[in-house]
Formats: sequence, C-alpha cells, structure tokens
Amino acid sequence: MSDMHGAARRPLSPHLQIYRPMLTMMMSIVHRITGVALYFGTFLLVVWLVAAASSPSTFATVNAVYGSWIGLVVLFGFSWAMLHHMLGGLRHFIWDTGRGFGPEARELLAKLTVGGSIALTVLLWVVIFVVKG
Amino acid sequence: MSGSSEFPGSSLRTVRRRVAGLGAAHSGTHHFWLQRVTALANVPLTLAFLAVLVCVAGEPPERVLATIGQPIVAIILLLAIVSITTHMRAGMQVVIEDYVHNEGAKVLALVGNTFFCAAMGCAGVFAILKISFGG
Repeated sequence: MSDMHGAARRPLSPHLQIYRPMLTMMMSIVHRITGVALYFGTFLLVVWLVAAASSPSTFATVNAVYGSWIGLVVLFGFSWAMLHHMLGGLRHFIWDTGRGFGPEARELLAKLTVGGSIALTVLLWVVIFVVKG
Repeated sequence: MSGSSEFPGSSLRTVRRRVAGLGAAHSGTHHFWLQRVTALANVPLTLAFLAVLVCVAGEPPERVLATIGQPIVAIILLLAIVSITTHMRAGMQVVIEDYVHNEGAKVLALVGNTFFCAAMGCAGVFAILKISFGG
C-alpha cells in the first residue's frame, strides 16, 4: 500500500471489457445503438417527405432508390430499429414505476424486447408484402 | 430535511438552491422529463406514421400526396416530426456528453446536434405543409 500514491495507482472502476456479455447489458447497448441509427434514419424519412413535396420526378427517383433491393434492406433494418427502440422505451417506462428490477423480471423484459422486436418486424413486412404484393 | 436542521453546516448548498431544486447543471429534471414526454408521444405517433407509410407504399404518387395531405393524416405526421426531432436531440445530447470529452469538440457536437434536429424538423414540417396546402 505504501507505494500506491497518485492518481495513476488508484483502483479504476471496471469497464465493459471486464464483464461477460449478458442479455440485459446487450439490450441496453442495442437500445442506444438503435437510437443513434434512428437519428440518422430520420434523415431518410425527411428526404422522402421533401422529395414528395418537391416534384414528381424527384419523388420518383427517391421512391426508386428506396424501393430497390438495397433500399428495402435498409428500410427493413430501420423498421426493426424503430420497433426495438420502442419496446426498449416501454421497458424503461415499466422501470420508471419502480417495477421490473428483479433478476427474473429484467431477464424477461430483455427477452420480450428482442423477441418482440423481431416478431413485430417480421409481421410488419409479411403484412407489407401480402397486402401490397 | 431533518438532517440539515440537526447539522446546519453539513451542506454547502444554500436554502434557496435547495428549494429551486435545479442542481449543479441549473436545469433540474428538465432534460429527463422532456425525453420521457416525447418518448411517450412517440409511441402512438410513430406507429401511426408507420401505418400511413404502409398504406401509401406502392401507391401512385398522386394518391400518396393526397393521403399525406388529408388534414388528420397531416396533423399526425406533423406532431410525429416535432416529437421525434425533439426526442432525437435529447438522446443524441446524452450520447455526445458520454463519449466526447474534449470540451471544444463536445460543444461543437452539441451545437451540430441542435442544428441537425432543427433542420430535420423544419424540413419535415415544411414538406408536409406544402403537400397539404398544395402548390
């Protein structure tokens, strides 16, 4: 102990790389990542709206890009990020009431978040392709 | 509060500061509350937005514009854009404050975040209004 002095020798609190990945931890990280993804995804949404308001040719161009193979993959990811972030947000509302912090409850909420987001995204796109052909 | 009456010298905070309840950052729970209120609003608004997008997907352009321009639809989309961009700004602010430690870069990023969200909000609102009012 006698040689421990100065800021460099103080014990540091462990960071992410120390911990074994857990589902609840991953859901927290994914919540933030989907939030950042949606932040930039909003740009795509606004581009579409502005194109619709601009001219028929601009709107047609943007629709062609968004309706392309790569465009649909991006939109699929966008919709999953939105649904995952929404379910993650609802989980936070449950925590805001002081409930759901126990080991079983938070594990269940994490599973519902990831399972629910995947199920809802698949359901959404099945509906889109069945209804819209 | 009984603690502070027993040990009047135990807190450096003045009574006025404690009553104001705004803490060291002088903004209290404003950021948290703004984030939560817009989060709550986003649930029905983004689901409605998504429903509109699914309805107009693959439709002819004039039908898409007619749908977006309907008063009820336009009002929902306008509310969604305002709530979403406000929520975006609050969320990205936290991410920047967590990861950008250089003071100059942090201030620039925070201002850039505000500019980006304001631009997205303004552009989205303008587009919806133009589609609604025609011209």
